[in-house]
Amino acid sequence: MNDNIDDTSSNTPLSGGWGASSYIDLYKAHHENIKKHSAQVMNDLRDDAFALFEKLGFPTVALENYKYTDLKQSLAIDYGLNLNRIPIPVNPYDVFKCDVPGIHSYLYFVVNDGFYPVNDPRNSKLPDGVIIGSVKEVAATHPELFQDYFGKLSSTKQDGLVAFNGTFAQDGFFMYIPKNVTLDKPVQLVNIMRADVDFMAVSHNLIILEEGAKAQLLVCDHTVDEVRFLSNRVTEVFVGENATYEHYKLENTHTKTTNLSTLLIDQRTSSNVLVNVITLHNGLTRNMIEIDLDGEGCETSLCGMVIGDKNQQVDNFTSIIHNKPNCNSRELFKYVLDDMSKGAFTGKLYVAKDAQKTSAFQTNRNILLNKTAKMRTKPQLEIYADDVKCSHGATIGSLDETAKFYMQARGISEAEARLLLMFAFTNDVIENIRIPALQDRIKMLVEKRLRGELSKCEGCVICQ
Amino acid sequence: MLEIKNLHANINGKEILKGLNLTVNAGEIHAIMGPNGAGKSTLASVLTGNPAFTVTEGDVSFNGKNLLELSPENRSREGIFLSFQYPVEIPGVSMVNFMRTAVNEHRKYKGLEPMSATDFLRLQREKKELVEMDNKLANRSVNEGFSGGEKKRNEIFQMAMLNPLLSILDETDSGLDIDALRIVANGVNKLKTPENASIVITHYQRLLDYIVPDFVHVLYDGRIVKSGGKELALELEERGYDWIKQEVDGK
Repeated sequence: MNDNIDDTSSNTPLSGGWGASSYIDLYKAHHENIKKHSAQVMNDLRDDAFALFEKLGFPTVALENYKYTDLKQSLAIDYGLNLNRIPIPVNPYDVFKCDVPGIHSYLYFVVNDGFYPVNDPRNSKLPDGVIIGSVKEVAATHPELFQDYFGKLSSTKQDGLVAFNGTFAQDGFFMYIPKNVTLDKPVQLVNIMRADVDFMAVSHNLIILEEGAKAQLLVCDHTVDEVRFLSNRVTEVFVGENATYEHYKLENTHTKTTNLSTLLIDQRTSSNVLVNVITLHNGLTRNMIEIDLDGEGCETSLCGMVIGDKNQQVDNFTSIIHNKPNCNSRELFKYVLDDMSKGAFTGKLYVAKDAQKTSAFQTNRNILLNKTAKMRTKPQLEIYADDVKCSHGATIGSLDETAKFYMQARGISEAEARLLLMFAFTNDVIENIRIPALQDRIKMLVEKRLRGELSKCEGCVICQ
Repeated sequence: MLEIKNLHANINGKEILKGLNLTVNAGEIHAIMGPNGAGKSTLASVLTGNPAFTVTEGDVSFNGKNLLELSPENRSREGIFLSFQYPVEIPGVSMVNFMRTAVNEHRKYKGLEPMSATDFLRLQREKKELVEMDNKLANRSVNEGFSGGEKKRNEIFQMAMLNPLLSILDETDSGLDIDALRIVANGVNKLKTPENASIVITHYQRLLDYIVPDFVHVLYDGRIVKSGGKELALELEERGYDWIKQEVDGK
């Protein structure tokens, strides 16, 4: 099974350990190969990304934006990369029954960092003009869809992880919704990590909604094998005028996973965006989310929830940039942390000088179930306009003892009372799911997770 | 049914109950009155197992079981119910979910199957009428945004749902206007049977016009210092507590 791993990078550690320098050497030695197996649109930006990565290296806790999450250990692991794009011998449609029942989605898989080419026979025909597929393939047939978008948000980011992604990503998920087209069903993208040795996946996704388009995307992150995984994914989303986009990200990975994800969204006039990021189970996760409001009258909801225990770490690093007037944004993140888990939240809110009549509200509430769990929270508001309504609130506390006793006094066991309180605490994040079947499903998964049962989807044979 | 012998209890090291004795039999209503700080609410808290209080001495038996050894939830399942002086708001937990969980935990304790959704809704509808509770309250979070009167009605509704053997009403009259008081008292009276009993804790005689006690006890400085019939409540209303304090302190 080792065949599918590029053996130059999986077996012998390169000199200098597995810091940035080994990847710099790897790129220098293999850049032709990397380019050969990738798309022109990605290669056009690759050398610049590499130059930036050479300069920045991997982020360390010395950087303000990374002070709460130390990636050193995760990045020191000798991961294999699939630079030669050898197909992974697994048919996810056969083994993966993790479909959210009743949701009736258009279902797609990315195995590690490769778009799984066979379309699900259950997927009904997409509406006219809608394109969903692999970046590499669609870029060859429809280059015009890429030139105005690909890399426009990511290539300017002074961030070591984004630069690393630009250097090594060879493919990704692509979705295009033409003007005034509404996708009748949500699109479900399942990222499956599957390998026999410690493995790294690097992918760059692109999502475009033209004017007046409507789409819902559910991204599920799963791990299959008991090896150590690292994923570095960049997703760029362009939401056109009056378009509506919902992005749900559900992570249910094992504790040996490092999940580094960057979601960059650009919103145009009167567009409506909902992002809901739910971390049910994981190892170390950093979600960087930036939403740019580049048109008037935008509506933005950014929500998330974390349930952490054991040694899990989750860092949601979020920015909402109000560049134009008359936009409303609302941000809500909730964490429930137990054992030795660590949570971090940063809520950057930037209101430009001209972004008058902005209304922006941010809330981060956290429950620590014991004394060893840790939470760091940092609201960060920069407001340069003078006619705005902005607020933020951050709290860290424990379960309400009086409420717990009240329930016990009605015959509800202590464990059940705790569960009801935790569930109630996360409820308003779940209510920010606009797909009813998904909302029900998430409710069930959250409850199972809080009960301490492994929160895997029913009937799923591979995420055990 | 309930037998309290020489009960001592403290909170944060401060002794509040100092040797309290009380016996309650099935079919009886006992009123406990007394000045502020006498220990009335402490008694309610200790009987229901509030972890803020520590029992240092004495015995409490409930239908032959050592009550002090039971967890708060098992005391409830054994049939003790406290109507809280200050009912707690629990945002995010719906009344329906809360009540269904409670009812089914009681049933599980008795070895019964969980109640079907239809039966539960029927029971809930029936009991809501008892306290004239608004339908929409049942769909809201527990006590969240309820008025003072609604909270107390909600306590009696829960009591009706759980059908306790011994109900302890801790200042259920506080914060109620006269109409709400009548509704709450009516609810309590309708739930009265020869098999159950009540302890009514109150400051004022007013509630006892509606819920007529068989016995009235005066709690002062952590002990029951005087007991009598319902006429004792009237005497207290007229004369205050000073004469009792003098009687006790003078001894």
